[in-house]
Amino acid sequence: MTVRDALNSAIDEEMSADPKVFLMGEEVGEYQGAYKITKGLLEKYGPDRVLDTPITEAGFTGIGVGAAYHGLKPIVEFMTFNFSMQAIDHIINSAAKSNYMSAGQISVPIVFRGPNGAAAGVGAQHSQCYAPWFASCPGLKVLAPYSSEDARGLMKAAIRDPDPVVFLENELLYGESFPVSAEVLDSSFCLPIGKAKIEREGKDVTITAFSKMVGYALKAAEILSKEGISAEVINLRSIRPLDRATINNSVRKTNRLVTVEEGFPQHGIGAEICASVVEDSFEYLDAAIERIAGADVPMPYAANLERLAVPQVEDIVRAAKRTCYRSSSLAATA
Amino acid sequence: MASLLRNSGKITTTAGLIARPGFQGGRGFGLSSFSLFFSSPRRFQTTESESRVDSHCYDDEISQKFSVLGGKVPYTSGMRFTSELPEEKVPCYRVLDNNGQLIDSRNFAGISKEIAMKMYTDMVKLNTMDTIFYEAQRQGRISFYVTTTGEEAINIASAAALKIDDFIVPQYREPGILLWRGFTPQDFANQCFSNKFDDGKGRQMPVHYGSKKLNYFTVASTIASQLPHAVGAAYSLKMDGKDACVVGYFGDGGSSEGDFHAALNFAAVLEAPVIFLCRNNGWAISTPASDQFRSDGVVVKGQAYGVRSIRVDGNDALAMYSAVRSAREMAITEQKPILIEAVTYRVGHHTTSDDSTRYRPLEEIEWWQMARNPLTLYRKWLESNGWWNDEAEAELRSNSRKELLKAIQVAEKIEKPPVGDMFTDVYDAVPSNLFEQEKLLQQTVTRYPQDYPSDVPVRAVPSS
Repeated sequence: MTVRDALNSAIDEEMSADPKVFLMGEEVGEYQGAYKITKGLLEKYGPDRVLDTPITEAGFTGIGVGAAYHGLKPIVEFMTFNFSMQAIDHIINSAAKSNYMSAGQISVPIVFRGPNGAAAGVGAQHSQCYAPWFASCPGLKVLAPYSSEDARGLMKAAIRDPDPVVFLENELLYGESFPVSAEVLDSSFCLPIGKAKIEREGKDVTITAFSKMVGYALKAAEILSKEGISAEVINLRSIRPLDRATINNSVRKTNRLVTVEEGFPQHGIGAEICASVVEDSFEYLDAAIERIAGADVPMPYAANLERLAVPQVEDIVRAAKRTCYRSSSLAATA
Repeated sequence: MASLLRNSGKITTTAGLIARPGFQGGRGFGLSSFSLFFSSPRRFQTTESESRVDSHCYDDEISQKFSVLGGKVPYTSGMRFTSELPEEKVPCYRVLDNNGQLIDSRNFAGISKEIAMKMYTDMVKLNTMDTIFYEAQRQGRISFYVTTTGEEAINIASAAALKIDDFIVPQYREPGILLWRGFTPQDFANQCFSNKFDDGKGRQMPVHYGSKKLNYFTVASTIASQLPHAVGAAYSLKMDGKDACVVGYFGDGGSSEGDFHAALNFAAVLEAPVIFLCRNNGWAISTPASDQFRSDGVVVKGQAYGVRSIRVDGNDALAMYSAVRSAREMAITEQKPILIEAVTYRVGHHTTSDDSTRYRPLEEIEWWQMARNPLTLYRKWLESNGWWNDEAEAELRSNSRKELLKAIQVAEKIEKPPVGDMFTDVYDAVPSNLFEQEKLLQQTVTRYPQDYPSDVPVRAVPSS
């Protein structure tokens, strides 16, 4: 099942089960969704529940929050999360904080979804990863699926959750197909929020990743296994709350850690994971933690430059080897 | 100085809405200067009616069908720019003259004595609360306060015209609606003192009231962000087919925010039953309305978005009552948004952190306090009906004052919320990391009580 179909079926099933769930966003209705994620939903549920909005992220996000205040369950689509910056006041100050500021009187069961991070050749203003921005704010939950199973299970969990959820998809994963079990296809399937998944077990080094980078990490693990390094790959699934327990248990087993993300390095997800492991499992580390992230530049457009600006499988392999003392650290060679 | 929209003598007594005439260009203004470039026959032509000069024609049926603008658009060969300002400002609806008499009794639908009386007593209570709480802030007993002085009629009369099922989405200068609906002086005081009986669990600054029970969304500090919320909530009411609407309040300053434009535009497109009520009080902290926008106030912006609108004298309680009643009717039966611009004046300072005499003349403040004081004006009308007198006034003022002073004294002494309340409501259920943090904090406070304030009770947070 492709990730696109997984998302579409999850949204469809939840809309069918609960009449309070509705969709809002630019091009989600008549156009079937900018990336076809909401295909067929307008025909099925009508314009009352699938709203094509005017071009105002601030506007429709605020309206979604208002509808959520009053008991509906909106799913707000951002064509990409880069555009969510137009609406970030409503995401942070209206959605994330309202339950707290109103002392539980106003809850916001809203889902913000859309593609996040780099795609292919879309340039600086369409390629940023917003996971660190949203994951730093209490009151929000932040999810990042990788596979179709993740997409289905986490989307359903997000829609059912009474708190505001930021759901970070990836444009390049939409078309990728993953095997799914009958359990996943069942309409009651749901994944817990806050639990990471160990995609591949290993004993020499832990590699954490989310979204598209999980695929790269798995490829890297395959290459490493041929060189005698057994890597454990953790698919984070949930950025906030971060599954610190699973990550730390893994590091205590392997004693080495490589964090992988596509976004900018400073104040990124890897930074938070590093801090968590240093706080909880310091004595277990046999090597410094390696942090793989995108280049600290706005995303260039030219294909050769873009390739250099995002992590590649080789970067992950080299980092893992460095933690295993198979090659000297970058600083030592400077 | 403050180029505040003063009622320029144009008073109308129509009780219903006044549709803004579709204004087309500066007839006496633009064309006459245009004509200077042409020979006399041309100039003569400009004073004739438009049809001679332009011969309006409409598209044929096929063009109309595919028209981007929808429907018939007249075409003209005369190039004319719509003026930036209408020839005449939009008239301001008022019901009472300066002596508190009905200007045109035929056009006022009427009000029951019970509601009329409650309106006045609540206006007085609101005014008294402002005086006393402001003083309390000055005495250092509360940290902050926002008065509603001068805008009592907007607060109370609009609340009186609505029903309890109508959702209120306030800015921060509308506590009168809560007062009308049953929030007690003690409730107000508890929030301002953020004690343990505060419905807000001590999480917000004073005046950030909220009440789910009274259908009043908790005040947030962000300006105009509540307007798209109002539209979303109205959409929810529309989906449920409820006999209720949402009322979103905001000020002249708030109308500059992007959210205002998105909200009005969207409400019209979604056909949402929402009333946008602008308290144009002339000032946004120290920014006068003339620096806020260059349009004829806020009312004209309604038509720009396809929203029916009206300008009302915000200091005239009966006009406010009447306009909001009608607006509510229209919003619900026709399922569309309505914009009301209530013209008034912010007699008090922006907040207790402001001293408005630094940027506006004292004479201006005093003029508004005397000239169209909402309480005095309305009181005159009540007295002319034989429903009020000086004794009743003195008694009401004295009782209100006592009640409010007592509320403050009581609120001051009540304990603050327990430490455990800091960690709840971040999410629906308390997550494990917060549960642990609270436990740790509790242990620390218990172990080192001398380092912590004595009025902060410690209590365990329920586990998720």
